[in-house]
Amino acid sequence: MEYTQNFKTRKAEMAATLRPYLTAVRHTLTAAMCLDNFSSQVVERHNKPEVEVRTSKELLLTPVLISRNEKERVLIEGSINSVRVSIAVKQADEIERILCHKFMRFMMMRAENFIILRRKPIEGYDISFLITNFHTEQMYKHKLVDFVIQFMEEIDKEISEMKLAVNARARICAEELLKRF
Amino acid sequence: MVETHSFGVNPITCHAWNHDRSRLAFSPNNNEVHVYRRVELEWRLEDVLNQHDLRVTGIDWATRTNRLVTCAVDRNAYVWTQGDDGRWRPTLVLLRINRAATCVRWSPLENKFAVGSGARLISICYFESENDWWVSKHIKKPIRSTVTALDWHPNNAIIVAGSADFKVRLFSALIKDIEKAPEANAWGGRSSLGALIAEFPAPGNSLGGWVHAVSFSADGNRVAWVSHDSSIFVADPKRPPTRLKTQFLPYRAITWVAPDKMVAAGHDCSPYLYKVTPDGQLVMVCKLDVYKKREAGGLSAMRKFQSLDRNARIEPADTSLDSVHQNAITSICIHKGTKEACVTFSTTGLDGQLVMWDVNNLESAIQNLRL
Repeated sequence: MEYTQNFKTRKAEMAATLRPYLTAVRHTLTAAMCLDNFSSQVVERHNKPEVEVRTSKELLLTPVLISRNEKERVLIEGSINSVRVSIAVKQADEIERILCHKFMRFMMMRAENFIILRRKPIEGYDISFLITNFHTEQMYKHKLVDFVIQFMEEIDKEISEMKLAVNARARICAEELLKRF
Repeated sequence: MVETHSFGVNPITCHAWNHDRSRLAFSPNNNEVHVYRRVELEWRLEDVLNQHDLRVTGIDWATRTNRLVTCAVDRNAYVWTQGDDGRWRPTLVLLRINRAATCVRWSPLENKFAVGSGARLISICYFESENDWWVSKHIKKPIRSTVTALDWHPNNAIIVAGSADFKVRLFSALIKDIEKAPEANAWGGRSSLGALIAEFPAPGNSLGGWVHAVSFSADGNRVAWVSHDSSIFVADPKRPPTRLKTQFLPYRAITWVAPDKMVAAGHDCSPYLYKVTPDGQLVMVCKLDVYKKREAGGLSAMRKFQSLDRNARIEPADTSLDSVHQNAITSICIHKGTKEACVTFSTTGLDGQLVMWDVNNLESAIQNLRL
């Protein structure tokens, strides 16, 4: 009884902190996604995301780190023609850590299908998105922001669902196995 | 009051009008420049100028001499003249730059033009009749980053340049070989090419941002610019620059539309009108985009709260924005009138639209609305 009550209050707290967290991420992303088509001023005839090549200091913006708690955080690094969004997903225990790792790996192997997904996350984060001016030219900017927000929203749910499924399956397996004895 | 024309889904990088506004030149975000002629309500493609190899970044139409100048990422600029058969013929300009050209502007007398580039310099180009080609002279110091915007003073000898090192600078762009020094003006006496007349760093303790656009007022005594920290600045020779920090997303373009008014537009997708009060303060007059709220079909309370809860979004299904432009505005040109008294101006943006705005009508309509 006490456990469920605790669980309930925890859930309510989570819901209460999720909204301001997502709102902060949304506003930061909207501001950071004001991108420009900018040719490299270092290498001739190149046009590279400045946030990745980092050749000119004045073209980079101050990175913004938004954390909901010590495990869940978003790092938004802006530049004149690209923005890099790195997300650290909540991982409470070993199973969640494994599931998260597998899931992210699955997606990043198919990064080109996700268009804005980066092939590798940056150090300390689970997944990174790289949005360039070419993406904001082709797609609605506010929809790109929605996509990132929705991703952040769904990923927690997805992982807890998978965890439940894994646990349920493990229980059934164990039951089946122990029936014989 | 607002006229919309669509030219496909490609972004429009830049656009320019001819002298009687019957023709429009723009680049659809690639290496081509399209010249359209207006016939009644529709646009007919007249010519496609495809001399550049890479994306065109700047177009300017010399209205009196009917010449076009284009610059591109391929580090070249071309001056286009129209033959008797109506075809446009290019002449290569020797820019002597090794990075992408970013912007180009004819001088008011149309005997020279300036090209800004990622090579951290400005090329002032003029026609050398002995050799029959366009040559350039460079302004290098003290530019520290890509030159992003240029504008000419009406006296044909001063140029203002905004750059990605957060600074706006005024240079003398006088070429002694082809012209005489003009009368002394408010910005100071005559000087030789490349002399730094004024430099405006970000004022106060603000860090500033990349300068996206600059504009000289019609009399040349004021210069306005917009930077990536969502601010608008106005400077004149007597006072330090005035800054107005706005609550909107950064602006990409600015132009004067009256002796004390200017229009700025950018990532917010709508143009805004700003005014300089007699005591030198900057105030916002109004947003020129008439806000019309569409009735969303099938709006249910559940979806509304769901979107609020799950996506931190107030609108449920908002694929299209509540503005005329559906993506960032990248350039503003005066369509009817001058910087002194603009009647209509045109904007193009990343959504491939050209929109014509009637300044005075919109301003009075919106002010009536408020009453």
